[in-house]
Amino acid sequence: MSLVTALLPVSVMLPLVGAGVALLFRGAPPVTRWIAILALTVQLVTECAMVVGIDTSGPIVMHLGGWAAPVGITLVADRFAAVLMVTSTVVTLAVLVYAGAQQRSGPRPDGAAAAFHPAMLIMATGVSNAFVAGDLFNLFVSFEILLTASYVLLTLGGTAERLRAGAPYLVVSLLSSLIFLSAIALVYAATGTVNLADLAGKIGDLPAGVAAILQSLLLVAFGIKAAVWPMSAWLPDSYPSAPAPVTAVFAGLLTKVGIYAIVRVQTLLFGGHGFTTLLMWAALATMIVGILGAVAQSDIKRMLSFTLVSHIGYLLFGVSLGSSAGLTATVYYVVHHILVQTALFLGAGLIEHLRGTTDVARLGGLARSSPLLAVLFFVPAMNLAGIPPLSGFLGKVGLFEAGLDTGGVLAAVVVAGGTLTSLLTLYAIVRIWGRAFWRPTPAGAVGGDGLAAGDGATGADESVDGDEDGENEGGDDESGTVRTRTRLPGGMLAATAAVVLAGVLLTVAAGPLYALAGRAAGDLHDPGRYVTAVLGATP
Amino acid sequence: MTADVVLSVAIGALFAVGVYLMVSRNLIKVLLGFMLIGHGTNLLLLAAGTWGTAPILGETGGPGGRADPLPQAFVLTSIVITLAVSCFMLAMVFRRYLQARTADVPDDPDDELVGAEPGGTE
Repeated sequence: MSLVTALLPVSVMLPLVGAGVALLFRGAPPVTRWIAILALTVQLVTECAMVVGIDTSGPIVMHLGGWAAPVGITLVADRFAAVLMVTSTVVTLAVLVYAGAQQRSGPRPDGAAAAFHPAMLIMATGVSNAFVAGDLFNLFVSFEILLTASYVLLTLGGTAERLRAGAPYLVVSLLSSLIFLSAIALVYAATGTVNLADLAGKIGDLPAGVAAILQSLLLVAFGIKAAVWPMSAWLPDSYPSAPAPVTAVFAGLLTKVGIYAIVRVQTLLFGGHGFTTLLMWAALATMIVGILGAVAQSDIKRMLSFTLVSHIGYLLFGVSLGSSAGLTATVYYVVHHILVQTALFLGAGLIEHLRGTTDVARLGGLARSSPLLAVLFFVPAMNLAGIPPLSGFLGKVGLFEAGLDTGGVLAAVVVAGGTLTSLLTLYAIVRIWGRAFWRPTPAGAVGGDGLAAGDGATGADESVDGDEDGENEGGDDESGTVRTRTRLPGGMLAATAAVVLAGVLLTVAAGPLYALAGRAAGDLHDPGRYVTAVLGATP
Repeated sequence: MTADVVLSVAIGALFAVGVYLMVSRNLIKVLLGFMLIGHGTNLLLLAAGTWGTAPILGETGGPGGRADPLPQAFVLTSIVITLAVSCFMLAMVFRRYLQARTADVPDDPDDELVGAEPGGTE
């Protein structure tokens, strides 16, 4: 067993151990913060080592407990998984720094805040485990780990607004988990295995109808998690009400884990065939419906949630093409999208921290009052819209070229839809930008007015301790008044800047990174290496 | 593997009743529905394996062969997960009940706002 292989379980176990230790020190928030940051920093280093190791010597495999592949639990990391692990750890780490700085600047945290860092680490465990899961059941368990942690994070503090938002999220997630579990039962009944590499050979032997049933069940289960239209309505409903750091990490990671599962299942199990036309239509509808929702919003966080749904469509389009070029662009675009969405939600959190609201009707003059925030919001915003030469543009060009190369009429229609979506994204972003940053501060927006009284839950600054509006439910002296601050904590700015810079780095180093994405997509497109790595290796 | 009619009907019934309960607005009914579908899924997992004597190393299998231990391991894991999620959901329902004396999920105020004002806040 090489050293790099030994790192594989470490990257999953570290955040989990960190969560346990952090719970021990739950009475001392600074200690939990440092434990969490330390655990994720070490995890990031090991994952970077894994990317280098995997890129030079192929996928790494570990059979847990020494049980050989088709029976035991197998952890596998190929280039795609390793790249996503690094990206997700970067994002989680930045969000933890951000949340720590926000906690320090806010009121003294209470019991609810003590759950934040452990829950965050457990979610990081689930995300990492999902990326390296070598069998369907382990993938299911990873989903449950990260979902259960996300339930806690979404309803942190237990205010009425968050419980309302958490309920649909919880029910929809449960439903998708049950569909996934039923799919696993049927897969096992049909093939007698749940190991992905083993299934890659056995699915092909099944009757076409049975394979189609299995594929559709898996796609529906993952489609709900990835927020693919028409299974996307839960996302803009539940994400915006969570604390800003939580929304940022959810937006960055959770839907992408769903996309990862779709990519893995489509390429490895079904060889890129089946339901491709349906997936293309779903991609088109996800883009268009999502962005039309974004255009209608006047709250920054809600607008961003809709763009999040909309851009899932691009990823799905790349998968549905099934070509190597399409997958390359998808790999690149996933990384881009994780970084950009997280940066934007962190930026929205900064706005909320300053002005106590993200409703553009009550915002204004931000470009003048905090130019640094303006830059930190503007760069990822333009990146999201796909303005050249940023990574959003490169990813979209890659996707569109791959789409036109396949030559189908439907692919061309989706490319046209993608271009339209891109323009509408720009419109939605510019609309928000013009009102929140460029226009003068509207009269009555500062210091509280009649407008503010109605929505105490979203009006108050929502730091991760989050219960301040819960306690002030009766009188709206605190929660109804729009508070303004002039200074942003350095940690929050630094964390946001780090994610923005990572997004810019994706543009600056686009050559080598796109080549890496190409090699990752090559692995995905030809799953032979993955299969031999898992089944051919000795425990 | 032979299809077991009783098991199939039981799984179908659990799913049907569970789905009926899950579309409710009342979170307690949703929880009950989730638990029923969870049982249905666990039975489905069990049905995916083969029946027989306990698969213990060193013991000879019965005439019907040995049971497949893998789905049973799946079911155990799934039961634990269902328990954890049910606990969380009960806590959530209780919190909601303390605040509003109801277990129903209300509408999204932002949705109502968007619906009430054609053209948004232009």
